[in-house]
Amino acid sequence: MATLFELCNLIRSKNAGPFVLTFDLMFSSQENYDRAKRARPLTKALLAEMYGQAEEDITLVYHDHALAIKASMPRPIFQGELQDSDCYGGQQYVPLLGLHVD
Amino acid sequence: MEVRVLAATGVLGAGFKVESLRRGVELQPTFIACDAGSTDSGPAYLGSGKPKLSKDACKRDLRLLLNARDALQVPLIIGSCGTSGRDVGVDWVADIAGEIATEERIHFRAALIKSDQSPAYLKMRFEHGRIRPLNPAPLLTEAVIESSHVVGMMGAEPIAAAIAAGAEVVLAGRASDSALFAAVPLMRGAHAGLVWHAAKTLECGAACAVVPAADGMFAVIRDDHFDIEPLDLEARCTPQSIAAHTLYENANPFLLTEPSGVIDTQVADYVANSERSVRVSGSRFTEASEYTIKLEGAQLVGYQTAVIGGIRDPHIIRSLDSLLPKAKAYFDARIADLFPGQISSKDYDISYRIYGRDAVMGLLEPMRNSQAAYEVGVLITITAPSQELANKIATLVSHVSAHLPVPAYHGIISSIAYPFSPPELPRGPVYRFSLNHVVLPDDPCEMFRTEMLEF
Repeated sequence: MATLFELCNLIRSKNAGPFVLTFDLMFSSQENYDRAKRARPLTKALLAEMYGQAEEDITLVYHDHALAIKASMPRPIFQGELQDSDCYGGQQYVPLLGLHVD
Repeated sequence: MEVRVLAATGVLGAGFKVESLRRGVELQPTFIACDAGSTDSGPAYLGSGKPKLSKDACKRDLRLLLNARDALQVPLIIGSCGTSGRDVGVDWVADIAGEIATEERIHFRAALIKSDQSPAYLKMRFEHGRIRPLNPAPLLTEAVIESSHVVGMMGAEPIAAAIAAGAEVVLAGRASDSALFAAVPLMRGAHAGLVWHAAKTLECGAACAVVPAADGMFAVIRDDHFDIEPLDLEARCTPQSIAAHTLYENANPFLLTEPSGVIDTQVADYVANSERSVRVSGSRFTEASEYTIKLEGAQLVGYQTAVIGGIRDPHIIRSLDSLLPKAKAYFDARIADLFPGQISSKDYDISYRIYGRDAVMGLLEPMRNSQAAYEVGVLITITAPSQELANKIATLVSHVSAHLPVPAYHGIISSIAYPFSPPELPRGPVYRFSLNHVVLPDDPCEMFRTEMLEF
């Protein structure tokens, strides 16, 4: 058992424009990526639950060349709204760090 | 067939090494391009028209690029001028270019391509059902159109048209970052899939290098591949770093939408040419059946005053959930009493962010009900229809917040530590993004206006 944080050398969240929040998880080796690709620690259903979104609005991609998982969703609060506390969407990935990978 | 592309840096004003640009010039580029804007820093730049980076920083970069262009006599393309790409941003960069031309005694013909969209044009397109929402999008109404500053994000066509008309320097308003790098190669007849994939990779400069930097990249697009490398000889890129760049700030790394179609990188192949250069092949571009121009709009929300403080007492921290709603109810009553007829409760917003608890993730914070921090930061924002009203309400809010009736104590205490005197910080106008829509124009150039200037 390992966490995503342990298997990746970069995990980040970011705006993809003002209305979409996107997550990049870059694995530190082919072996780690293959392990995650088999175990599927991230699913649309899990992301939908964690970030309060509809499953059908979530994009989830396993990118073999980049050794990366990429997920995108509507921004829970649009960038720059009065209640938005993260203009760049840069600190929204943290709950993903501790997810377990078999 | 060969097109040689010099990408100066990720954003004009972010800087790059003089040595990197010199090396790029030695590599004999067909043209030089650089993006100068983004929505990433929020709606304030589009709303106000003010640039994010300083004039000094932009002028430093632009001077080096104009001199390099002059030496090479190749086109220089700058897009999304002045951060937002609003007309005032294009004029701002044009003024800087003019100063440089005088100081350096260089001459060039510049095309200024403006991308502000008039409410009349947008309402006409809206009425005819030619404006469509992307997912997700705020609700669009005529009132939103009339109260927003809107720019259209141009594709490669207006840039290519300006160069075909003899422009040596293109200063474009809001533009697709990739279009700045795709216009010239497409004019030369290069393979659309390779052109757009190379363009998408180049648009952030050396952000796709190992280690990512604000610096230059160089690509050579040939018949069936493109080669790409960072200009700094100390930096390198790898098949993984180049493939991974399609992830950056995009929703889907395999299908990237541009005005004229979709870049498809799904079957692209990435191999190392050397320790620091990568060859990419197989990228495709699917022409869209309908040409679309993305709209960006920003709308004034109000004027804001901020108050910053901290709380150290665990008894107060524990009581915040019950104290703050009471404080807000008190504010509503007091504001109605102090400003009768001037403001109603829907016209202003008073928000508390409790740093150390759930300020960054709000309701999505998985730890929000766990053990309380020993100290929290408090950011209070007061937003109202005028700065004067925001300031007046803020003095009330900061005063009351400093003397919350903490249940653990009998008598008055100071419940927030303020670092500043006065604690209220006027922030000026605040904006929101009001559109995430596309227009279906009759022609790729109809929304943009080009003016030629001799410097």
